[in-house]
Amino acid sequence: MKRAIYLILILTLAFSVSCTSQEEQPAGAIPYVDTGVSDTVWVRIPAGKFYKGQHRHETMIDKDYEIMITDVTNAQYAKYLNEALSAGKIKLVGNKVMGYYKGDPFNGFKHEIRITAGDKLYFPLDEPGVRIKFDGKAFTVVKGFENHPVTYETWFGANGYARFYGWRLPTENEWEKAARGTDVRTYPWGDEIYPNIANYISSHNLFEKIFNKSITTTPVGFYNGKTYEGYKTLDNRSPYGLYDMAGNVWQWCGDDYPDVHYRYLRGGSHENYEYNLFVWARNSAGPGFYSMYFGFRCARDAQ
Amino acid sequence: MSLSENRFSYLFRSTKGLILVAIAMISLVTAIWGTLSGPMVEWGVKAITVKLLGMQLHPWQREGRIIMLYHAIAMAVVAIEVYIITSIVPMKKHQQTNINTIVTFGYLMAMIFGLYFAYFGHNFVFHGLFLVGQSLVFFAGLSLAAALWPWNKEYYLPPDSPYAHTKSGVDLERLAFFTMAVATLLSATWGAVTGSYWGNGHETFLAENLIRNPHKTELQHAIIGHLHIMVSLVAVAVTLIVGRWMDFKGLLHKWAMYFMIIGSIVLTAGALSIVWLPWAHAIIYVGAVGTMMAALLYVIYSWKKLIHDRTAELNLPKANGWQKVKALLHDPLKFGSGWQMVYMNFTVSGVGIFMAIKLDKIFRVWPAREERITLTGHWHILAALIATIIIMYYADISGLKGKVRQWFGWIVIIGSDIAFASATIFSMKRLFVSEYAQQPIVHSTMLAIDFGLGAILIFLALFLIWRLFDLFKQDGLWKKEAQHPDLDVNRVIPVTGLDNSEQEVKK
Repeated sequence: MKRAIYLILILTLAFSVSCTSQEEQPAGAIPYVDTGVSDTVWVRIPAGKFYKGQHRHETMIDKDYEIMITDVTNAQYAKYLNEALSAGKIKLVGNKVMGYYKGDPFNGFKHEIRITAGDKLYFPLDEPGVRIKFDGKAFTVVKGFENHPVTYETWFGANGYARFYGWRLPTENEWEKAARGTDVRTYPWGDEIYPNIANYISSHNLFEKIFNKSITTTPVGFYNGKTYEGYKTLDNRSPYGLYDMAGNVWQWCGDDYPDVHYRYLRGGSHENYEYNLFVWARNSAGPGFYSMYFGFRCARDAQ
Repeated sequence: MSLSENRFSYLFRSTKGLILVAIAMISLVTAIWGTLSGPMVEWGVKAITVKLLGMQLHPWQREGRIIMLYHAIAMAVVAIEVYIITSIVPMKKHQQTNINTIVTFGYLMAMIFGLYFAYFGHNFVFHGLFLVGQSLVFFAGLSLAAALWPWNKEYYLPPDSPYAHTKSGVDLERLAFFTMAVATLLSATWGAVTGSYWGNGHETFLAENLIRNPHKTELQHAIIGHLHIMVSLVAVAVTLIVGRWMDFKGLLHKWAMYFMIIGSIVLTAGALSIVWLPWAHAIIYVGAVGTMMAALLYVIYSWKKLIHDRTAELNLPKANGWQKVKALLHDPLKFGSGWQMVYMNFTVSGVGIFMAIKLDKIFRVWPAREERITLTGHWHILAALIATIIIMYYADISGLKGKVRQWFGWIVIIGSDIAFASATIFSMKRLFVSEYAQQPIVHSTMLAIDFGLGAILIFLALFLIWRLFDLFKQDGLWKKEAQHPDLDVNRVIPVTGLDNSEQEVKK
């Protein structure tokens, strides 16, 4: 019996030590990493069929559209916040950026939550881990994170960004075709996955490896075949040339489906196993939810 | 008989041998397939397993593979329960032999061919043989239900029997086993009917991936009902089995059997009616209360009995509180069967009720992947809790004694409870820690889960290695077990009107 008590004590001690020995992620600056990939490039996706989902249903998209080749970055989002604040499109309420949303049609379906018209949370400024700060005059990005994907924006905040510039969030169909092309591949680049082709759980913490810094996101377009400080990446572009359509951050899509209040996300993030990075994998959350794992990119009708 | 024949006869003709084979098969599958997920992927173990065994893991077949794996393991668990039931519930010898033979062929075919089909290339001959295996298990279930027929007057209990019975003498425990068997057969058809549409309009899915789909098809509902009720009925069967183990009787037994019978019927009706009824959950809650009440009465009875028996053994007629606690904890295997049921309320039922209450405010706002972690965590904990109770029962019938019994029992209880508590904290972490600060909790809980489960698996492996070595001994434990092919049961049931050959399995 005594031995059993000792064993329990040792286990409890080991557990409590493991609970306290983990390092906090730094909130300060990090080295800027130039990937050589521009965050202002759009690519045209032609109308036509593609194979949707795990079960490869032939699906038609009937008009050409354009989509960003990278996720929206912190720098881009901070610029938007400054412009939108000047234009009176957003406002600061305490430490929260709020903006208007027109509301969703509501059918009162089981578990459906009513999304009414009004000011919604776009972006929280007081969450630990947020990379965009407000100094009382302007929004700025924590040094080194300029070309990392923006995170912590709600769906309202992502939609607000896109609408401000006359764009929109891609539909799930548009997103999936842009990621998969017209064949039946599993990942945007093919059927196999490697730790140095995308930012996901098996990549471990890449910035920790390279810079001895515990940062979870990687700059947009980071996995492009380039070598960083001795770390060789593989090119993860999709058939249409989009970067990071698997891993790094989940990406909000624009669909508002009937009978649900959720908004859907695609692509998987740095905290996920590989099956969340399949081109057909989905995630969802309420439109007011924000996360360090959620980002977005925009789409628009072809010019 | 030659040496090999003797051993073959023990392994495939005695109850303890059959259980040992099934546990060994499950352990083998768990050991190999456990290398395909979690940290094993990052450590490169998965790649070695896949290469070494020539597995073909196409990403688009992932859900189908997992479903086949669940079925392969579930069939073996069902077979173990069938072996125990045919041994502890009175029936004719030829019925026991037939049922055990059919279920053995069935689960082995389902397991071997199912896993081969799922993980080693889609050879449809093997898929057909997998279905044959499952059909045999179903047929064994039909035979079991027939053998358990409660209105067979041979098995009526006398009016003064301490075991639950009706005024006319119907054995209520037998009726509870029968109800469970029939409900299981009915519930299996829900899965079978949907499975028959596979490749013909129905697409493979994991239930946790559909949680937020507002409109599910009837076939999808059927599968969701099927998987929930099957695991519930496996739990019902285990509860009835351990009741027999602890010689459950008296007033609590009577109440428990009524609760279990009615609860099983209502729970099954609720789970299956989810195909048509939007309010099926209300029925499920009523049924679940019934089965859980039966489990609670079992726990009260068994713990009281453990205290009573141990204090009597130590000649402590006026034991104080501490002595009673010591007496309760004296035998971890028997204490553990009830404790794990109590613990289930914290890590499974409690979480489920909390989720139901907070569904729209928390879980339907959070990311689906977070909700999915909670659901799959809750599901795996329940399955693993059932497994630990079976392991404790098997360790007892294998004759573990002394310090080995103490160590084995407490490692199973403490290891599993640390793992289950950690999995619960992991799945609910967002309630008390932000995403940004969650990594320490994630690391700690994952470490604790691995530690807890690892400890159990190591001890289980040692136990099985011991049993394997024992098989090579001339006069090993296997020989003693072969000489007593059935399990010891405390109950004494009068048998009338049977010839000698029929009476040999009567208890």
